[in-house]
Amino acid sequence: MIRLEKRREPSQVFAYLTPVLAVLVTMIAGGLMFAALGKDPFVAIKTIFYDPLFGQYASFDRPQLLVKGGPLVLIAIGLSLGFRAGIWNIGAEGQYILGAIFGAGVALAFYPLDAWFIFPLMILAGAFGGFLWAMIPGILKVKFGTNEILVSLMLVYVAEQLLASMSLGLMKNPEGFGFPGSRNLQQYPSAHNAEIIANSGMHWGVAAALIAVIFAYVLLARHQLGYHIRLTGEAPRAAKFAGVSPGRLILVCLGFSGAFAGLAGMFEVSGPAGQVTIDFNTGYGFTAIIVAFLGRLHPVGILLAGLLMALTYIGGEVAQSSLGLPSAAIQMFQGMLLFFLLAMDVLTGYRIRFGQGETA
Amino acid sequence: MDLSAINPVLLIASLMVAATAVMIAAIGELIVERAGVLNLGVEGMMITGAICGFAAAVQTGSPTIGFVAAALGGAALSLLFAFLTQFALANQVASGLALTLFGLGLSALLGQGYQGIKPPSTPRIDIPVLSDLPWVGRILFGHDLMVYFGLALVAAVWAFLKYTRAGLVLRAVGENHDAAHALGYKVIRIRVMAIAFGGACAGLGGAYISLIRVPQWTEGMTAGIGWIALALVVFASWKPWRVLLGAYLFGGVTVLQLNLQAAGIAIPVEYLSMSPYIITIVVLVIMSADKSRAPASLGRIFHATH
Repeated sequence: MIRLEKRREPSQVFAYLTPVLAVLVTMIAGGLMFAALGKDPFVAIKTIFYDPLFGQYASFDRPQLLVKGGPLVLIAIGLSLGFRAGIWNIGAEGQYILGAIFGAGVALAFYPLDAWFIFPLMILAGAFGGFLWAMIPGILKVKFGTNEILVSLMLVYVAEQLLASMSLGLMKNPEGFGFPGSRNLQQYPSAHNAEIIANSGMHWGVAAALIAVIFAYVLLARHQLGYHIRLTGEAPRAAKFAGVSPGRLILVCLGFSGAFAGLAGMFEVSGPAGQVTIDFNTGYGFTAIIVAFLGRLHPVGILLAGLLMALTYIGGEVAQSSLGLPSAAIQMFQGMLLFFLLAMDVLTGYRIRFGQGETA
Repeated sequence: MDLSAINPVLLIASLMVAATAVMIAAIGELIVERAGVLNLGVEGMMITGAICGFAAAVQTGSPTIGFVAAALGGAALSLLFAFLTQFALANQVASGLALTLFGLGLSALLGQGYQGIKPPSTPRIDIPVLSDLPWVGRILFGHDLMVYFGLALVAAVWAFLKYTRAGLVLRAVGENHDAAHALGYKVIRIRVMAIAFGGACAGLGGAYISLIRVPQWTEGMTAGIGWIALALVVFASWKPWRVLLGAYLFGGVTVLQLNLQAAGIAIPVEYLSMSPYIITIVVLVIMSADKSRAPASLGRIFHATH
């Protein structure tokens, strides 16, 4: 007979250990899945987790770690603030799209003007676009008590249609020979989010992600707002008595997560992606949810989790080309990671007891 | 633009078809939520059901076996959620999201090699005299079996919750799990059964899309219908008959915007395509004033100390 016994205090050891355990168990389960697909599990795991870092073509893959990790970390940091307070913004994908549309919109409006202020203006516009999109569920939640989970998610589908409309209509490249998609911002120096150090993968979005990590760390550890966020998540009633305004907190958390997601979209569209296209968004907004949980909603944890998740993306691509591993397998692998993490998390709050318990 | 091309009889008939998938999924989720569990993984279970049903129907040539496989697939996936939330005591919101992300990946993996194939067609029921009646005949008596199954399911769930002892126990568990536990009801067991039922319904709804509504397999083809099903439960204030109403409203908007697209109205296609989602948001806002009917234990973790 297995019983769970609640710990008086959550275990510190397991709080750090469960993400590591979850990754290991996912590797084992993932290996079994790869074996079921007819691939050698050890080769597959090595291809995904080792080769991009130390393999033959690592010098090409390593910069990708920053390119893919940057947006994931940036979005996940924003989401983690809300998740800590029990505010569930799961529409980061939509806010990411809106940030890209707003940012690219500014760039395209100024094209072909060459000026220093265009890129900073795009950053502001990108953050504002994501912020605006996140304010819809925020204001509806505060004013009418509408469920923010459902509204933020519905808005992802609206944003996707808006993106399609933009790349086929308003923002379509007039010199693009009729192909859908905007002008390529990589060829517009004033708007290009170029690498800060050549061939390092380090672009301004990665810098923004690092700043966001520091910002969130200071906010949560030192600032009153961060204290209110933590208090609301752990003891909502106590927070109310302490004078925390729930409405304000909802707007602040959604606002930050929206702005961060918008920034990520803007840096992506002006850098690695280059243009607004129908299939511009690739699910970073959803993967960032996994990143936030894997990092235990802690800024430093999210940084590490973001890099790990970026590694699975890159390793997945490598495995796809060298082993013919389907891309869906990687998607499933990432989903499995969240499963095992949630399942293992029980060890943090509870002790497992074997044998018959005393009868009450 | 030629609005006269829109035939109201066909519109209503196709509205019933468009509403069926979301209705079946929502009525399943309604049972789950009345038992006090919030499963946000409907989208993941639907898409898994869609591919399980599709694959089984293609392999066996029988849509019936396809639907059975879809229900089993959805239920199997939901048991993962049940394990996480009922035994590992994980957060229900996070677990539901995990289920959706996992389901999307799983379905894409299972669906390889099924793209571009036509499934065996599900026969429409034709009741000799009745379906030939003008107007009513086409609307009421010319559908496939699943449309009627969906309606019957709503009625059955309503009767179950209102008139049966088991329904009463289920509601008790959802309203106050501690009291239900004290009375000796097996809270966890009841919730696991409710979750599995919800999963089976979501799977059936998904298979309805891949086998009848579209009918073919593409990745991510449920396109947010699972989330709309969740919204419908809120819209319905956790009452079965209102799920029917909400599903027909959603089906109506979907069919109408498709008809307007076909009629070549001056609004761009993308803006018409986003209308079902926007209307869902608007309806959610209107309905969120009515908070009274949410099951009191919804989303709370139950851990029996004794």
